[in-house]
Amino acid sequence: MDWSQSLRLIAPEETLSVASLVLLLVAAWGGDKAARLISILAVAALVAAGVLVAPALCGGAMGAETSAFFGQFRADAFASYAKILIYLSAAVSLVIAPAFFDRFKAMRAEYPVLVLLAALGTGMMVSATDLLTLYIGLEMNSLAAYVLAAFLRTDGRSAEAGLKYFVLGALASGILLFGMSLTYGFAGATSFAGISASMTQGLSNGALFGIVFVFAGLAFKISAAPFHMWTPDVYEGAPTPVTTLFATAAKVGALGLTMRVAFEAFGDQSAAWQQIVVFAALASIVIGALGAIRQDNIKRLMAYSSINNVGFILIGLAVANPEGAAAMLYYMAIYVAMTVGGFVAILMLKDENGEPVEEISRMAGLSRTRPGLALALAMIMFSLAGIPPLFGFWGKFLVFKAAVDGGMVALAAIGFAASVIGAFYYLKVVKVIYFDEAADVVKGESDFWHKLILVLSCVFISPLGYLLTPWFDGLTRTAAAALFSGL
Amino acid sequence: MSGFPILSLMLLVPLAAALACLYLDAKSARTVALLATLANLALGVVLWLNFDVGGAQWQFQERHELFSGFSYALGIDGIALLLIELSVFLMPICIGASWNSIEKRVGEYMAAFLLVETLMIGVFAAQDIFLFYMFFEAGLIPMYLIIGIWGGADRIYASYKFFLYTLLGSVLMLVAMLWMVHTAGTTYVPTLMAYDFDPQVQTWLWLAFFASFAVKMPMWPVHTWLPAAHVQAPTAGSVILAGVLLKMGGYGFIRFSLPMFPEASAYFAPLVWGLSMAAVVITSLIALVQDDMKKLIAYSSVAHMAIVTIGLFAFNVQGLEGSMLVMLSHGLVSGALFLCVGIIYDRLHTREIARYGGLAINMPRYALFFLLFTMASIGLPGTSGFVGEFLSLGGIYQVSSWAALICTTGIILGAAYMLYLYRRVVFGDQKNADAAAMADLDLREYLMVIPLGLAVLWMGVYPESFIAPMRADIAALDARLARAKPQGDPKLVMGKEKPAHEEAAHEGAH
Repeated sequence: MDWSQSLRLIAPEETLSVASLVLLLVAAWGGDKAARLISILAVAALVAAGVLVAPALCGGAMGAETSAFFGQFRADAFASYAKILIYLSAAVSLVIAPAFFDRFKAMRAEYPVLVLLAALGTGMMVSATDLLTLYIGLEMNSLAAYVLAAFLRTDGRSAEAGLKYFVLGALASGILLFGMSLTYGFAGATSFAGISASMTQGLSNGALFGIVFVFAGLAFKISAAPFHMWTPDVYEGAPTPVTTLFATAAKVGALGLTMRVAFEAFGDQSAAWQQIVVFAALASIVIGALGAIRQDNIKRLMAYSSINNVGFILIGLAVANPEGAAAMLYYMAIYVAMTVGGFVAILMLKDENGEPVEEISRMAGLSRTRPGLALALAMIMFSLAGIPPLFGFWGKFLVFKAAVDGGMVALAAIGFAASVIGAFYYLKVVKVIYFDEAADVVKGESDFWHKLILVLSCVFISPLGYLLTPWFDGLTRTAAAALFSGL
Repeated sequence: MSGFPILSLMLLVPLAAALACLYLDAKSARTVALLATLANLALGVVLWLNFDVGGAQWQFQERHELFSGFSYALGIDGIALLLIELSVFLMPICIGASWNSIEKRVGEYMAAFLLVETLMIGVFAAQDIFLFYMFFEAGLIPMYLIIGIWGGADRIYASYKFFLYTLLGSVLMLVAMLWMVHTAGTTYVPTLMAYDFDPQVQTWLWLAFFASFAVKMPMWPVHTWLPAAHVQAPTAGSVILAGVLLKMGGYGFIRFSLPMFPEASAYFAPLVWGLSMAAVVITSLIALVQDDMKKLIAYSSVAHMAIVTIGLFAFNVQGLEGSMLVMLSHGLVSGALFLCVGIIYDRLHTREIARYGGLAINMPRYALFFLLFTMASIGLPGTSGFVGEFLSLGGIYQVSSWAALICTTGIILGAAYMLYLYRRVVFGDQKNADAAAMADLDLREYLMVIPLGLAVLWMGVYPESFIAPMRADIAALDARLARAKPQGDPKLVMGKEKPAHEEAAHEGAH
C-alpha cells in the first residue's frame, strides 16, 4: 500500500477537487457571465469522474487492493455504482438549472462549483471505510447543500429552507458524531474493519448506544421516519434543481453510507440494528404515505414520496444479506430515474408568465393542454406507486423478494399493504391531470434539456427498462458482493 | 401451426394498435381499433380451430428465459382457451358500442381499450406466475383511466374505489407468490400447480390469493366497488368489466387457489359457501330494489359470480364445469345486458328505469333481443345461463345440500328482478314522450346484438362445444382435488335401476 496506489484509487475525487478549485477561480474572474461555461465544464468534470469510476464497477473491484490510505477509503464496485448514480444526478441538476435560475436572474457562477463540491463529498461518503472519512465526506456534502438550499437569496422560502436544513442538519451531524465517539470509545478503532473486529466477541451496552446514535444520525440524512420532519420544508423551499440534487445524489450517498456502516462496521451485529431499520422502514412507508395525502404542493408531495421510497429501500437493508443489498442498489437506480423525471416534469409546469406552477389543483386538466407532459407525469406517478408494468414495480418487487427470501414475510406483507396507502396520493395527481376540468394554467414553453431528460427518464421507467434488467442484475450483484467481501 | 407464436401475436396486435391510436384522430382511431380487434378475433378463431381437443394439456407454448428466474412463458389449456375466446369475441363489440357515444379523446380511449385487451389475453395465457401478476395488475391502469375519464357523474369516487380495492387485494397475493417461488424454486405455473405445499402454510397462501381474487371476482362483502365502477363506466367499459375482467377472479381460483392449495381450499370451502350464499340472497334482494338499470345488472353480476364460486368449491367435475360455463355465459349475457342498457342510454341519456316504459311499442326488435338476454340471465333452458347454473348447483348439491338450497333461490330471485326490470322498461304504457319517440335498433346495433344472441343460444343448445376443450383439464383438476374433497352431507347413493317392465308400465300410464 504505497501512496501512488492510493492516489490512483482516488483519481475521480482528485478530478472533481481540482475541477472545482479551478472553476472557482474562473468564477472569481469571470463572474456570473461565465456561469454557463462553468456549468458545461462542471458537467464535463462529472462525466470524466464517472468514466474514471466505471472500470471498478465493470471489473467488479473488491477486496484489499481497492483500499486506499490505510483503510480510510475504498474504491470498490459498490462505491463505483453509487458514485455513478451520484455524478449522474449532479450532472442532471446542473443541466436543468439554467432554465430555472435565468428567470430570477440568479444563475450565479457559484452554483456549478457548489454542486461539484457536493458531488465530491457525497462520493466520499459511499467510499468511506473509516469514521473520519465518513464525517469529512458528509460535512463536505452538507455544507455545500446548506448553501445550495438557500441559493435563491431573495426568496423567503429558499432562505427558510437553507436555515432549516442547516440547523437540523447540524443537529443530525451532532447526533452522528456522538454515536461515532461512543463507538470509537468502546471499539477502540475508527476504521470499519477495526470496529467490526472488536465486536466479534459481542456487544457492550456502550457500543449499542453508539450504534443507535449512528443510525439515528444517518436516518436524518436519508430522511427516514421518525427523523424526516425537515424534508417537506426543505424540498419545497429549495430551488427545484437543488431539490433534485437533494432527492437523488444526496439521498443515494446517504443510503450508500448507511449500507457501508451497517454491513462493514456493524455487519456481525445485524441483530442489534435490524429492529431499528425495520421500524424506520415501516414508519417511513406509513408516514410518507399518510403525510402526502393532504398536500397540494407537488414538491412537498414528492418529499413525502421520497420518505416513502426510502422506507422501501430500507426493507432491503433490514434483510441484511447480499440479496437485500443488491435489491436496494437496484431500487436506488430506479428511484433516481423516477425522481429526476418527477422534478424535471415539475420544472416544466409553468404558467403564461413563466412562473412555476407547484399547486396540484392548478394542474387540473393538464392532459388536454400538454398531453405529452401529462403522460410523463402519469407514468412517473404510477411507477412511484409501483404498478406493473412500469419499472418502479420491479424495484419494489426485488426488495420484497429479498425480504421474503430472507424470511421476513411479515415485514414484506405489512410493507406491501402500506404501499396501497401510497398509491392513493399518486392516483390523486393522475386524477387531477386527467379527470378534472381543464384549468388551463400550464402554458409556458419548455427548455430543450428538460424535455430531453424527461424523455430519457420516462423511457427508463417504461416497460422498456426491463430490457436493461440482465445488465443491471449483474451490476447490482457485483456491487453488493464488493460490499460484503470485507466480511 | 406448432412453433408459430400465435399467443404473442395476439398480444402484439392490440398493443401495436393501442400505440397507433394514441397518435391518430378520432375517426381513424376508431377504424384502427375495430380492425385490430377483428384481427384478434380472427386469430382467436384460428387458435380455437388449431386447439387439439384431448391433446396435450398445455398447447401453443412459448418460453423464453429472461432474468432472475423470470421468464416469458405463454401457453394455454382448455380453460384459458375459452376465456381468451370470450375476450376476443367481446372486444369488437365493445369498440362498436363506443363508436358514437365516445366523443372526447377518442384516440386515448381506444388505446386504453386495446391495452386492456392485451392484458386480459396475457392474464389467461401467462404461464409464469410473475408474468401473470404483471398482466393481472397492469390492467388497473387502463381501467382506472377508462372509468375516471369517460365515466359518468360520480366517476372519480368509483375509479378510486376500483383501484385501491383491487390493489390491496393483489399486493398480498404478490407476497404469497414470492414465498411460493422461494419455496418451490420455480415460477412456472404448471410445475407450481403440481407442487405440494405444506398444508399449514397453504392456509396463509390461500388467504393471500383469496384477498385478491375475492375482490376481483367480486365476492360479497368486498363487491361494493363493482356497482360503483359499473354505473360510472361507459357502456363498453361495463361490458368488458362484467364480461371479462370479473372472470379473472374465477380464473385465478381455478388456476391457482384450487390446484395449488387443495387442502386449504377444502378447509376454507365452508367460508366460500357461506359468502356465496350470502351474496346470492343479499345482492339479489338489493338488485330487486334498484331504480338504476346498470346498478341492477351489476348486482345481478355479483349474484351470478357467487354461483361460480359455489361451483368451484364443490370439488367435483359438475361443479367445476358448471362454474366455467357460468363464467362464459355471464360474460356474454351481462355484456349483452349492459349493451342493451347502453343502447337506450345513448338515446335518452339516463339509466333511470322509471324514465322508460312501453318500449315494446316503439322498439319491438330491441325488445326481442332484450328479452332473449333477460331470459338467458334468468337461466331459461335453451339459453346459455341454464346449463352452467344447473351444473354448478348440481355440483354443490353433492357436497352441501344447504348451500345448494339457498343458492337456488338466486334463480328465483333472479327471475324476479330481471322480469320486473323488463316489465318496467319494455312493457306497460309509454309514460314519457321522449322515450316513446326513440328509434329502434340501427345497423351498428344489430351487428353487436346478433352475434351475442347467437352465441347465447349456441351455448344453451349445444354446450358440448364449450365443454369439450376443457373436459380433460377439469378432470385433471378434479383428480388433483380428490385427496382433499370434503365429505358431502347428502350422502348420495346410486339408485337401483328399476326393472324394465315397471318403467314400461309407467310410460303406458301417460
